[in-house]
Amino acid sequence: MPKVKIPRKSTIVDMTAMCDVAFLLLTFFILATKQKPPEVLSVAPPTSVSSKAAPDKSILITLTKEGKVFLMLGDDTKKNAIIDDINKTRNLQLSVDELNKLKKTEFIGLPLNKLKSAMAAREVIPASQMEGIPTDSTNNELIYWMRSVTNAYAGGNQKDLEKMLLVKGDNEALYPIFKNIKNAFKANEIFKFRIVTDSEPVPSGSELYKTGKTVEK
Amino acid sequence: MAEMDTSSGGGHKKGPGVKKGKKLSTRVDLTPMVDLGFLLITFFVFTTTMSQATAMNMNEPKDDSTQQLKVKNSGAMTILLGKGNQVYYYYGQLEADKVSQQFKSTTFKEIRKLILDKKNATPIDDLMYIIKSDKNSTFKNAIDILDEMTISAVPPGHYAEVDMVPLEQMLIKQTEEANGIK
Repeated sequence: MPKVKIPRKSTIVDMTAMCDVAFLLLTFFILATKQKPPEVLSVAPPTSVSSKAAPDKSILITLTKEGKVFLMLGDDTKKNAIIDDINKTRNLQLSVDELNKLKKTEFIGLPLNKLKSAMAAREVIPASQMEGIPTDSTNNELIYWMRSVTNAYAGGNQKDLEKMLLVKGDNEALYPIFKNIKNAFKANEIFKFRIVTDSEPVPSGSELYKTGKTVEK
Repeated sequence: MAEMDTSSGGGHKKGPGVKKGKKLSTRVDLTPMVDLGFLLITFFVFTTTMSQATAMNMNEPKDDSTQQLKVKNSGAMTILLGKGNQVYYYYGQLEADKVSQQFKSTTFKEIRKLILDKKNATPIDDLMYIIKSDKNSTFKNAIDILDEMTISAVPPGHYAEVDMVPLEQMLIKQTEEANGIK
């Protein structure tokens, strides 16, 4: 009698196709992600229900946990104008080389009277070791910086400046320093600005939730 | 070898001692590679979407002492932000002899309900929240309370940040000492 053959099916599935898909997706995500600039200053912003994305080319004022204030200018041409302006108005007497060096630094976080020596020095001070822009009520140098900013943006639409002006503060930063920053804005007739936050969902059952709209104020 | 030869019924068999030429499969098991691939995908997906920063608008009033806004006593609620995420509040104006009854402390969890209760109990034209931040309160507190206003759909113009007066500072200090808040 001939044997009855029972075909044995292997349980092994060909993984090649799945592997292809996985790596295709991986490549896509890596390429599609925008490279985030390395965070020199670690700041954990508070959360808010606002769902508006923060603009790219901005004037960012960073307030760290220790209460240090840094200025970061996203727009290069404006940045040059601002630095030239403050050099002139505050009589900093920076040389051309020092000016160029300052224009290349990402974070501005030094008192005005120390800018020249820091820029003349060969080695660059890392942002984490800078002492920040002084914002005390007696010596609020942020006022001068903001004045130069408004000078550089003069003639343009005030609304555009307001949209770009961002304050990014750490959760743990104390309120008085934030108040000093606000005072610096007020001294330059800037009454509207934005605060960088992490988004959080609108709590269910709240008044805002019932109205059913996202915050676009 | 323990395996059974199922390849064929017939075929000639080699004698004992004759080694079979073992066929090496060219197939590689790709399962770990797929695992790794998906792990990396998950990692990238999570790290990218989570870091979306948003911006919240801030409007500051002009400092103009000639244009002081008068607020009705019945419609005002003053919220004070203190040390250690503590919130203090009172309605209307502080009266010297009733301070201890008026001045109450709460937390961020409960302030939402209080804000809402006040909003529902007051005609919208009279409604005013006065926010005062203590020098020991954090940036987070100041933003959170503004966010609470948005969450409770308090219309803009019905809340304002004001500087603290010495009496309030003293009251906060007393309460903090009594409650042992560092």
